[in-house]
Amino acid sequence: MANKNKIDTIERPMSPHLQVYKISFTMIMSMMHRISGFILYLGSFLFLVWYLSIFFGQDAYNYVNQLFSLSIVKLALFLFTWIFFHHLFGGIRHFIWDIGLGFDLNSIEWLARLTILFSFISASLLWIL
Amino acid sequence: MAELTLPQNSKVQKGKEYPLEDGCENKKGFSIYRWSPDDDENPRTDYYEIDLSKCGPMVLDAIIKIKNEIDPTLTFRRSCREGICGSCAMNIDGVNTLACTKSIDDIKGDIKISPLPHQPVIKDLVPDLTNFYEQHKSVQPWLKTKSDQPEKEWYQSKEDREKVDGMYECIMCACCSTSCPSYWWNPDKYLGPAALLQANRWIKDSRDEYKEERLDELDDAFKVYSCRTIMNCAKSCPKGLSPAKAIADIKKELATRK
Repeated sequence: MANKNKIDTIERPMSPHLQVYKISFTMIMSMMHRISGFILYLGSFLFLVWYLSIFFGQDAYNYVNQLFSLSIVKLALFLFTWIFFHHLFGGIRHFIWDIGLGFDLNSIEWLARLTILFSFISASLLWIL
Repeated sequence: MAELTLPQNSKVQKGKEYPLEDGCENKKGFSIYRWSPDDDENPRTDYYEIDLSKCGPMVLDAIIKIKNEIDPTLTFRRSCREGICGSCAMNIDGVNTLACTKSIDDIKGDIKISPLPHQPVIKDLVPDLTNFYEQHKSVQPWLKTKSDQPEKEWYQSKEDREKVDGMYECIMCACCSTSCPSYWWNPDKYLGPAALLQANRWIKDSRDEYKEERLDELDDAFKVYSCRTIMNCAKSCPKGLSPAKAIADIKKELATRK
């Protein structure tokens, strides 16, 4: 019994996890879904700025429009729309899983690929049109 | 809150090297996680080289060879050597699997081996799975009935029996649960893929008469819903099962019942 007590008091190390685990595509997609959700929350303030500028009159509105037409801001807006579609299609992917479909290993990968593909296509279309 | 880095006492250091003499054409290197409770040192990675032409085909064959011929202090669990006991589950080349069914040839370059992730280490590749077994116990993985005991066995049709296919094969090796980041961050609140697959196995059993009570027990913010469909469980399962599907089934049951 003395031996058992000794074992209980040993401070055990924790085995490595993120440090060793092979990062998979679906793991990244899960992280992206959560990060994109958070960015959508922050990005909605951009719309708020836009709407508020109307409230402050023509000059403010023009100023914000000019600001939004800067190429660097445009790039950020493009990324924001991509993130929007990424989260949207990610949501549809989760919906498919929620009705109990698409769980075999092939479908898992394809659903992830399609999410990326459709989000790029949709974001690009939105900016081209 | 998720702790992404290892605590100070768990940081892995460089360990000893046991190289083969030159001239061996078919050699393979193994980097293996080591920790002993008998000294006060941090875990380390020891490096061994073996001659594959004098070794069986599986990773388990290699580590048994290392233990027998190079370093008898190397500690790991193993028993059946054919993928049915679940003892030799460990992280091999970044993915949890059974050492006995993982072919050495599947892995290019040196093979890195560490214990099942995010668990307290007892020694070397042996993790403490107490919490994992407690969670399995908590889903009451046995037949529960209300009606009187039948004279012979509890009858089950072939069709009903097929409903537990893909779940009854689980060998409780813990590969899935310890591959899951949600389980890493909430091991106390989230039941983890293995326990949930077992829970679903009894929910789906036509003979069981405690389905509603079982679902009541699971209907909690963390126990089931910490699953984020990251899919590491299904990818790591050495028996080819999908705990992710079982969890989705439970979520569906919870959402659609009255």
